[in-house]
Amino acid sequence: MLQIKDIDVYYGSIHALKKLYLEVEQGSIVTLIGANGAGKTTTLNTISGILRPRNGTIMYKGTDITKVAPEKIVGLGISQVAEGRRVFSTMTVVENLEMGGYLRRDKKAIQTDMEMVYSRFPRLQERRKQLAGTLSGGEQQMLAIGRALMAQPELMLMDEPSMGLAPLLVKEIFSIIKDINERGTTILLVEQNANMALSIAHKAFVIETGEIVLQGTAEQLLKSEDVKKAYLRC
Amino acid sequence: MQELIQQLVNGLSLGAIYALIALGYTMVYGIIKLINFAHGDVMMVGAFVGFFSITLLGTNIAVAMLIAMAVCALLGVIIEKVAYRPLRNSTRIASLITAIGVSLLLEYLTIFLLGPNQKIFPDTAFTVKAYDIAGLSILNKDVFVFVSAVGLMLVLQYIIKYTKTGKAMRAVSLDNEAAILMGISVDKTISTTFAIGSALAAAAGVMVGVYYGAINPLMGIIPGLKAFVAAVLGGIGIIPGAMVGGFVIGLLETLVSGYGNSLYRDAVSFGVLILILLVKPTGLFGKDTGEKV
Repeated sequence: MLQIKDIDVYYGSIHALKKLYLEVEQGSIVTLIGANGAGKTTTLNTISGILRPRNGTIMYKGTDITKVAPEKIVGLGISQVAEGRRVFSTMTVVENLEMGGYLRRDKKAIQTDMEMVYSRFPRLQERRKQLAGTLSGGEQQMLAIGRALMAQPELMLMDEPSMGLAPLLVKEIFSIIKDINERGTTILLVEQNANMALSIAHKAFVIETGEIVLQGTAEQLLKSEDVKKAYLRC
Repeated sequence: MQELIQQLVNGLSLGAIYALIALGYTMVYGIIKLINFAHGDVMMVGAFVGFFSITLLGTNIAVAMLIAMAVCALLGVIIEKVAYRPLRNSTRIASLITAIGVSLLLEYLTIFLLGPNQKIFPDTAFTVKAYDIAGLSILNKDVFVFVSAVGLMLVLQYIIKYTKTGKAMRAVSLDNEAAILMGISVDKTISTTFAIGSALAAAAGVMVGVYYGAINPLMGIIPGLKAFVAAVLGGIGIIPGAMVGGFVIGLLETLVSGYGNSLYRDAVSFGVLILILLVKPTGLFGKDTGEKV
């Protein structure tokens, strides 16, 4: 579904991604794990079109999206749940969800999808008139996921959904991710919490200072000594 | 007491004009963090478009206002595209200096094309009458200015609060990268913001014409600066703040003129700016957020 081939991304003179490659198969959960600053967010933002690679290509469902504008990429079916949730703090829960479906014109189907989000996250329905900034961290993460779902994505990019959440909530979020995947959405999950990520993923890539250093199925990586040493201490 | 109420009534229409101009400042600041110093001059262009619409096309004042709004909406979009967009990723001071440049360009281009003299706003388009209501003298021009300004503010509130475009504008001003990830086009949203802000300024320009009876190419400078004070007073970037700030400055000026000395009126307005920057730089409606690192 998504093939990234040898992309180089720079921030000014800093070489952030070096010949990075990645492949996501339709219907799977793929996780990209790595330490802080390894280039995980950069990778997602490059897929979303916010950053431009200097070399290399990004193919999505057989078409080259390397140079497509970010707002068009959302329209193609790739939505991102950004790091730190990034909900619109002084807009209500409903308005945030509406923004998620910004590109859609089908009013009825938008309403149905909003009901779907509410049934998945009953807390959001209770708080739908509340400003997003007044929600708890976990609720904001649910809103961010719900908002991304409103775009009817075929591929969902998730950037550290567990960040800053209590362990119990982390579990809940991960079971939600798994559930979204089981209903047909492909997921590329970026995580520092490698244990959790590998527990739900099919395939995994390990990134270190902008390069993929290891890849395999989730089981293989869970057993790998290198991964254990570097990422699975917790 | 009667005297005071009369002064307040007089101040309302002036305040409404400042509020309309301040809205454009604050909306643009909210979305691209730029103090658009050319905004007062867009108002001036609006006043001239209204003037020519009345004198050359023979339209009435309402149509003149609509034409001025349409022309200035387009002008605002062009200014953003030509002058500010290329500088979007450069330093703030670069855009600020550019804004001053655009301001001077509009002023002196108008002088070059139309001459520096003031033009009398035709009173055929608006015949001023005074009504006596409960001992207060109410001018129809004040009512016209106040009612149309408040009407436009209500329309704006509706757009911002309930329409998709308005919500997108809020989303971009809150977090433009997150907005991009929703598929919102930031460029289009910024253009819309300039169009709306400039249209409001144009309406204010026509109102100034009616209110003072005369217009000139440099008329945008002082009201522009005062509207800027109003926007800062209310909290720059905050829409209700701009409205309240506009009315406060308008009322304050009228009171100073009525009870003190009209020569001090500008000093008092700018004194308010100094005071607010000293005491509460985020403005009446602003919250202290602190810079996020």
